[in-house]
Amino acid sequence: MAFEYAPAPESRSIVDIKPSYGLFIDGEFVDGHGSAFKSINPATEETLAEIAEADAADVDKAVKAARRAFRTWSRMPGKERSKYLYRIARIIQERSRELAVLESIDNGKPIKESRDVDVPIVAAHFFYYAGWADKLEYAGLGANPQPLGVAGQVIPWNFPLLMLAWKVAPALACGNTVVLKPAETTPLTALLFAEICQQADLPAGVVNIVTGAGDTGQAVVSHPDVDKVAFTGSTGVGKAIARAIAGSDKKATLELGGKAANIVFDDAAIDQAVEGIVGGIFFNQGHVCCAGSRLLVQESVADEVMAKLKRRMGTLRVGDPLDKNTDIGAINSAEQLARIRALAEIGEDEGAERWAPPCELPSAGFWFPPTVFTGVSQAHRIARDEVFGPVLSVLTFRTPSEAIEKANNTPYGLSAGVWTEKGSRILHMANELRAGVVWANTFNKFDPASPFGGYKESGYGREGGRQGLSAYLKAGA
Amino acid sequence: MARIDVRKTYKLYIGGAFPRSESGHSYEVQDSKGKFVANAALASRKDVRDAVVAARKAFPGWSSRTAYNRAQILYRIAEVMEDRRAQFVQAVQQSEGGTAAAAGRQVDEAIDRLVWYAGWADKLAQVVGNANPVAGPFFNHSAPEPTGVVGVLAPQSSSLLGLVSVVAPVIVTGNTAVVVSSYSRPLPAVTFSEVMATSDVPGGVVNVLTGDAAPLGPWLAAHMDVNAIDLCGVAGDDELSTALEVAAADNLKRVRRAPAAEPDWSADPALSTMTDFVETKTVWHPIGV
Repeated sequence: MAFEYAPAPESRSIVDIKPSYGLFIDGEFVDGHGSAFKSINPATEETLAEIAEADAADVDKAVKAARRAFRTWSRMPGKERSKYLYRIARIIQERSRELAVLESIDNGKPIKESRDVDVPIVAAHFFYYAGWADKLEYAGLGANPQPLGVAGQVIPWNFPLLMLAWKVAPALACGNTVVLKPAETTPLTALLFAEICQQADLPAGVVNIVTGAGDTGQAVVSHPDVDKVAFTGSTGVGKAIARAIAGSDKKATLELGGKAANIVFDDAAIDQAVEGIVGGIFFNQGHVCCAGSRLLVQESVADEVMAKLKRRMGTLRVGDPLDKNTDIGAINSAEQLARIRALAEIGEDEGAERWAPPCELPSAGFWFPPTVFTGVSQAHRIARDEVFGPVLSVLTFRTPSEAIEKANNTPYGLSAGVWTEKGSRILHMANELRAGVVWANTFNKFDPASPFGGYKESGYGREGGRQGLSAYLKAGA
Repeated sequence: MARIDVRKTYKLYIGGAFPRSESGHSYEVQDSKGKFVANAALASRKDVRDAVVAARKAFPGWSSRTAYNRAQILYRIAEVMEDRRAQFVQAVQQSEGGTAAAAGRQVDEAIDRLVWYAGWADKLAQVVGNANPVAGPFFNHSAPEPTGVVGVLAPQSSSLLGLVSVVAPVIVTGNTAVVVSSYSRPLPAVTFSEVMATSDVPGGVVNVLTGDAAPLGPWLAAHMDVNAIDLCGVAGDDELSTALEVAAADNLKRVRRAPAAEPDWSADPALSTMTDFVETKTVWHPIGV
């Protein structure tokens, strides 16, 4: 049975959201010349702030500012650059609760995740790459590696500040300057990060933040004076970017979609595996490119796993993102909710069996209950398409080779999970799974020292670790 | 009366066999002075597809060979080339012109390059992989793995050294390759195929198509079961290389872009010749009792 909890809301008084925000260009907030748009709280649908839209001319100004700043930033000794990044890491730690609350308000994710996962890893990422800035000769590109120049970075709405950190920290450590476009539904923590750059006295133009939607992003990645494109988002947009920069000298890293298999063998510690399945798909409402959205469970334990999984799903608390007891927050946007609903309906139409625990959803805002589909075949859309929501598809297998074949039967290759108590089997599965990250007896773990990125249509390049540096450096002359 | 020599039929190399083009087409190959040497098979779109099928079939076996084994096989290619050095010198001189001594240097460097790459098989992971000290009780390490089937448009000028310089780094890490040879200088590539066929290189690991990169490249670049492509063979042709890069985006192939001009192959290769065609895989496991 589920315990009743009294509401335990985190106070939002720590956050001061302004009625409107401009663009952050050359160290200053300036007006945008596109048509301003609103950022809303997906849990309540209230308008949070009006956000400037950067048009092509605004993006051009930002790129020019970044180019000017590149001359000094790239020549600054690494040990000095590193101190700016350490400062930023420290300010993020100091303002961590403010950032966490703002992230939950703008994105809809539970405060326990923004507070305990997103923001601590953001600070850690800046701290990690700060230490690289004066050690780049050890990055693996030879004695005197050089920054690429101006990086155009476009990030998604699922981990707004964390994706900013993944992009900005290594770029700056390597001596690049950046023009970053946050997602149109979640710009607020990036704009607060701009204030943090000001507090850190980061030289003007090193970080520029241009808000807007797809057109703004396109202006950033296709700008002729952008040397490096870094994108996290959908595979469709990733392909469009790869086409757009064909024939140019732009370098690119693309971190795209996924349809990860989470494989449970009959000898797994089942209770732990169930926790891993739940964390794998319901963490961040399933808005995770590496979510374990395909559960592959060995036939002999399928009934036991499903019974325990359903019991556990019945205890998940869906609701107010700022409530400290909330497990599943709001879906980020009406548009995303419509996509999830459409794919779930297709799942039913194609004959899979849908189940969700009884769960009362708030009347305002965008919500989707934790949902599992059984009787799923590999041909079903819900087994092939990235749902990007709290929807799990369950398939079964008999032998390890069948599990491998099913797990790899996808154009994606971002992540995979394996649950078994047998060490040699873990290592065999880890070898055979065509995915950039394999979590064995764990899932959805992230660390700045650990490279992350995909095989196949999940994109190319790695973020995190020493490997993450080569995305922002070239061999010296 | 002088003995009439027995001439060789130059064929494609697909899946370890030497078929003619399924199209039945061939083209005239001339030496550096414009004199007819032989008819080479003119590979077709269907030959590209057959080669991709062969390369995909060979991938699981080749990529799961031990690194030590792959190293020995690459070294074996070098051994067999050395054994047939005179034949390669003749073929390179015939294709590229110049003196026999110059052709000999090309062959020597090609053999030495294979030896150099052979040694990388069991070292690359130690140089570009690492243990990751994450902030928690986890074993966490990253290592390179082959990306899969790699399309290689081989250089047009350097018929042997250039060819070896783009093929060896692809296969040493466990990828399999579909190679389109130099169009006008394809014969050293065919002889190289014959060496691979007798050097314990499993069939399908390297597939060599003689023919024209311009019509074949788009099929290779757009093929959904090819994971990466090296565009070196269209160096200097901005329009074609851009079109191929656009086609390659259909399944997000890793692309090694075409240089403005064919590079100087005598320079020491960069590590990126190998790392451009590997994926970094990171594995996590909890530590506990």
